[in-house]
Amino acid sequence: MLTIDALTKRFGPKTAVDAVSIQVDKPAMIGIIGRSGAGKSTFLRMLNRLTDASAGRILFEGEEVTRLSGRARRAWQSRCAMIFQQFNLVPRMDVVSNVLHGTLNRQPSLATMFNLYPQADIHRAIEILDRLGIVEEAPKRAEALSGGQQQRVAIARALMQDPAVILADEPIASLDPMNAQVVMQSLRRIHEEDGRLVIANLHTLDTARRYCDRVIGMRDGRVVFDGTPAQLTAGVARDIYGAGADFSEAATSTALETLDRSARQRVPA
Amino acid sequence: MTDVPPTAPDRGPVHQVRDSYMAELQRRRLYGGLTLMIFALLMVSGFMVANDRNAGGFWSGISQVGDYPAEVLAEAWAMRADLPALLAEFFPALIETLNIAAVSTLIGAAAGLLLSLLSTRGLARWPRLIGLFRRIMDVMRAVPEIVVALMLIFVLGGGPVPAMIAIAIHTAGALGKLFSEVAENADLKPVEGLASTGATWAQRMWLGVLPQVAPNYLSYALLRFEINIRASAILGFVGAGGLGYELRNAMAWGPGRFDEAAAIFLLLFGAIVFFDQLSSRTRNRLTEGQRA
Repeated sequence: MLTIDALTKRFGPKTAVDAVSIQVDKPAMIGIIGRSGAGKSTFLRMLNRLTDASAGRILFEGEEVTRLSGRARRAWQSRCAMIFQQFNLVPRMDVVSNVLHGTLNRQPSLATMFNLYPQADIHRAIEILDRLGIVEEAPKRAEALSGGQQQRVAIARALMQDPAVILADEPIASLDPMNAQVVMQSLRRIHEEDGRLVIANLHTLDTARRYCDRVIGMRDGRVVFDGTPAQLTAGVARDIYGAGADFSEAATSTALETLDRSARQRVPA
Repeated sequence: MTDVPPTAPDRGPVHQVRDSYMAELQRRRLYGGLTLMIFALLMVSGFMVANDRNAGGFWSGISQVGDYPAEVLAEAWAMRADLPALLAEFFPALIETLNIAAVSTLIGAAAGLLLSLLSTRGLARWPRLIGLFRRIMDVMRAVPEIVVALMLIFVLGGGPVPAMIAIAIHTAGALGKLFSEVAENADLKPVEGLASTGATWAQRMWLGVLPQVAPNYLSYALLRFEINIRASAILGFVGAGGLGYELRNAMAWGPGRFDEAAAIFLLLFGAIVFFDQLSSRTRNRLTEGQRA
């Protein structure tokens, strides 16, 4: 389905992503972990073609994505939705319009500038919002929503694209634990119910363990781990994060129960 | 995500939301369409009124728009051998025009700096007089350069000095407004820090505010310099010297001296392109330097 072959990105003398090769055969939920600066974001941005690769190839169903340009590149971006850490919605537009932005690649530019979308698309946007449980917010401005709600609007925009691949760049890094759970569950449901390939950058180990079928660990631009969550032992995690023996998984966690646990552990000492 | 029949009211929250959103959308589209229609009507009717009042008609005149430039170009081309000599002849006039622009930008920017600090909330020396300084800048901006220049030429006689004063006044008003908007966004903490050491108002502004706003101020001043080159060329038309004065003479003479007009146009065009490029490069560097 998706083949990534020695994908490399250099910024001047620095290599952000260093010859990453990954093979995905069927839709799955893949988590990419690693500390900040490991090249996770650059990797996802290259998949979406927001950033151009310095070397290497991306093949999706036989098509060489890295070579597309102009209209073909935009068509690929429409099939490969992206969700950002800071949501990247248009704050002053209402929620439905933001979701409808997912159809921009298919609409004539002039019509979209006057906010003229087909009625069927508007209805679908509202159904998607209902599926994500935020249909009551439909007429509000995006900026009036909480972070968790905004991230779900961003997911709705991604779904509106009807993409084959959904990329999520730290989707829960700026959310509180409760909202993080809702957002991760939405992503998991999208993978299970629609059979879409979901690739998410995650900064916590336990999120990756809990929601993903496959975990890829990156360190200094290289893939240092690729396997199932079960294979992800404490020793492997220490290697990915480049941490010493004092590293514990709870240190990277934002889940409520682990916070409680680590607090309890610390108190007697 | 299957399609549901379009009209089915009262079948759960989704349909309620959908119906109310569609109603809202209809209303918005109606208002938008009406606004667009009124705008188009006003444009068309305004054009027709203006066209009726003109001596010639717009449509009958539009075919002649190209005649004058064509005549100038044809004559200049015929006498192209003289062009290098003419360029050299008018070069001093270009220098004069540039000098007028440079001096008036410097003086205007200095005055604008003072006025802007005096009329910015949080920085002003006399907070109660902010309104007064703002009105002064409004007046300086509102009176066109050419009016001031004509008045001064009447008093002082023709030459570059009246043009310089006229442009400097306008520049002070325009830059003061822009500077003051930049200064409003300046961080007040360094100013407070300096105040705590017993610094005077001038010291606080010079050492606390200017380092923050300097790149922006310089960029605006350079932009103004470009505008002032054009302004000083135009002021030559009313007798303020420089390239504009020569251009008016060449054009007023009519056929026979169009080669001179062409040479002056070339000089002016070249100078403006040159300084445009120079200042946009410098401004790019300034803003990039700010980021680092």
